[in-house]
Amino acid sequence: MSVLVVIEHDRGALSAASLEALAAARSIDTDVHALTLGAAADGLAAELGAHGAAVVHQVHHDVLSDFGPEAWGECVAQAVRALSPSAVLACGTERGNEVMAQAAARLDLPFVANCNEITAGDVWSIVRVRWGGSLLEQCSLDAPTKLVTVTHHQFEAAEAPAAGAAQSLSLDIAASLARTVVSERVERAAGVTLATAPLVVGGGRGVGSAEAFAPLEELAGLLGGVVGCSRAVTNNGWRNHTDQVGQTGTRIAPDLYMACGISGAIQHWVGAMASKKILAINTDTEANMVTKADYAVIGDLHKVIPAITAEIQRRKGASA
Amino acid sequence: MKVLVCVKRVPAPGAKINITADGQAVDTAYLAFTTSPHEECAVEAAVQLVEQHGGESTVLTLGPAEADEQLRYAASIGVNKAVLLPIDVADWDPQRTAAAITGAIRDLEAAQGAFDLILFGNESADSGNFQVGVRVSHALERPMVNGIKGIELQGDTVRAKRESEAGVEVYSVPTPCVLGVKEGINLPRYPTLKGRLASKKVDVAQVTPQGESGGQHMVMLLQAAEQVSQTVMLGTGPEAAPAVVDLLEELGLLK
Ligand SMILES: Cc1cc2nc3c(=O)[nH]c(=O)nc-3n(C[C@H](O)[C@H](O)[C@H](O)COP(=O)(O)OP(=O)(O)OC[C@H]3O[C@@H](n4cnc5c(N)ncnc54)[C@H](O)[C@@H]3O)c2cc1C
Ligand SMILES: Nc1ncnc2c1ncn2[C@@H]1O[C@H](COP(=O)(O)O)[C@@H](O)[C@H]1O
Repeated sequence: MSVLVVIEHDRGALSAASLEALAAARSIDTDVHALTLGAAADGLAAELGAHGAAVVHQVHHDVLSDFGPEAWGECVAQAVRALSPSAVLACGTERGNEVMAQAAARLDLPFVANCNEITAGDVWSIVRVRWGGSLLEQCSLDAPTKLVTVTHHQFEAAEAPAAGAAQSLSLDIAASLARTVVSERVERAAGVTLATAPLVVGGGRGVGSAEAFAPLEELAGLLGGVVGCSRAVTNNGWRNHTDQVGQTGTRIAPDLYMACGISGAIQHWVGAMASKKILAINTDTEANMVTKADYAVIGDLHKVIPAITAEIQRRKGASA
Repeated sequence: MKVLVCVKRVPAPGAKINITADGQAVDTAYLAFTTSPHEECAVEAAVQLVEQHGGESTVLTLGPAEADEQLRYAASIGVNKAVLLPIDVADWDPQRTAAAITGAIRDLEAAQGAFDLILFGNESADSGNFQVGVRVSHALERPMVNGIKGIELQGDTVRAKRESEAGVEVYSVPTPCVLGVKEGINLPRYPTLKGRLASKKVDVAQVTPQGESGGQHMVMLLQAAEQVSQTVMLGTGPEAAPAVVDLLEELGLLK
């Protein structure tokens, strides 16, 4: 067998990211197998087959009742010993990277995280992400079994029908690994989030204070969007970190990102660059955000934003 | 309780990250340096835990001699002890880094007792290998969870919180354990003048790092493809508002 793909799921719900990993695996080898952990994931075999998995190895165990990084990593390590794949792939999500690191530690093998391009061979040649995507690294991977994750959103999921034959894989997992299995969960309230909002009004240091975000809130509310911010804002305690866009915050992909009083540091830009359109509002024509944006308004955000809100209200009033 | 935090010195670039002519490193000629943001929060978490529960915190880094700056910064906000594992290149590969940190922790624990909690960042800001902490925890045979945005000590257990797409997950991890922390877990304090002065006097212990090279070798750094766009100027000041609203209409955002 050749390439084994670790399938991420949440209590049986398939993570679409894993379909990207299956697509990446098919670009490396024609013989692709999948690994699902926990009985809750048994129902995924058909869909994994449709995306190119010839065999789906299913592991059942008490400690796999929910996600647990150590239990999952141990399963991957034992699956490698049992099945001897030439490579193991997962998608570079938070869980994907953690599980692969756990497996690599157990197997004492190298692990390359967040790969954009893979040229397979005896030694693999890889282009991977650094600085959250601001920079790339070309590296080589020399190991008897290659362990890698592929950058999320880099490979496109695609159907490629294969057997998807379910096979039970019996592994000997220590019950003590339950120590890092999720013990409680508080479900998120439904609604638009920063990551999924169609419009984000972002504020940076130029906003000046926590109170001065009120006009940004008003504008976002009027358009069914949400407010985001830069790290300068969270560091000043003006807004909660959950609103931060960037390398160490949230990656956004709205139809429009209105970046107000944000200079556009590279670490902010990597979180915003997937936006379909960017409009910068800034007093500085030379600001990186302005030169990189699709649209710009030069001026004081404290005057420009209320004027935009007023214009929207005027037009809405006129059409009502 | 005894807490150890592992941090990495990284450059703090602005609008762009430039690469040296030989492609081997980030051009840091005009750059300041900092601690990775996730790790800055891990340092703050360590200081808070010791403030609440008593004990002692230690900060450790593997890096160039100049990483002394990041260790003293941690000391300036309240970390008690500092350890430097000096190397004469910018970086070691993740397996080698983990081996060196594991060795240093074993020596520290043999001399001064075990750490109840070892904190890492979720990933380093520059290389983002997502693994050094995990490897260290496994070598030390301690439980580890990454991505942590909340730490609460309850007797011999740490209630660690993590955000997922579905909601907030809680892990009840027995100590001694290892956690990877994410920015947002707290708001790191700024050093006081008193803290800064005190940090100058902190004794930075030096430990010679030891570790075999791993199987991941950096060949060179590359620039990411840049999106170039001709910025369309919609106007200046409040007078630009109608043009902005036209754009919102065009993009179908005005409902
Ligand atoms: C490892 C690392 C990770 C990081 N991760 C992140 C991250 O995830 N997210 C993030 O945002 N940053 C991150 N940063 C920080 C980043 O480098 C910048 O420091 C930060 O983004 C700057 O925020 P800012 O643009 O709001 O502030 P500044 O850079 O100070 O820019 C303020 C801007 O506001 C404009 N302005 C001022 N007044 C007005 C006004 N009245 N009207 C209109 N415009 C005005 C100015 O012209 C300027 O362009 C990270 C840094 C490092 C080293
Ligand atoms: N050179 C280093 N010195 C100390 N800690 C490090 C070093 N490199 C990585 N770490 C720690 O390991 C975590 C994960 O790093 P990485 O595997 O590079 O993403 C970081 O957030 C740090 O806490």
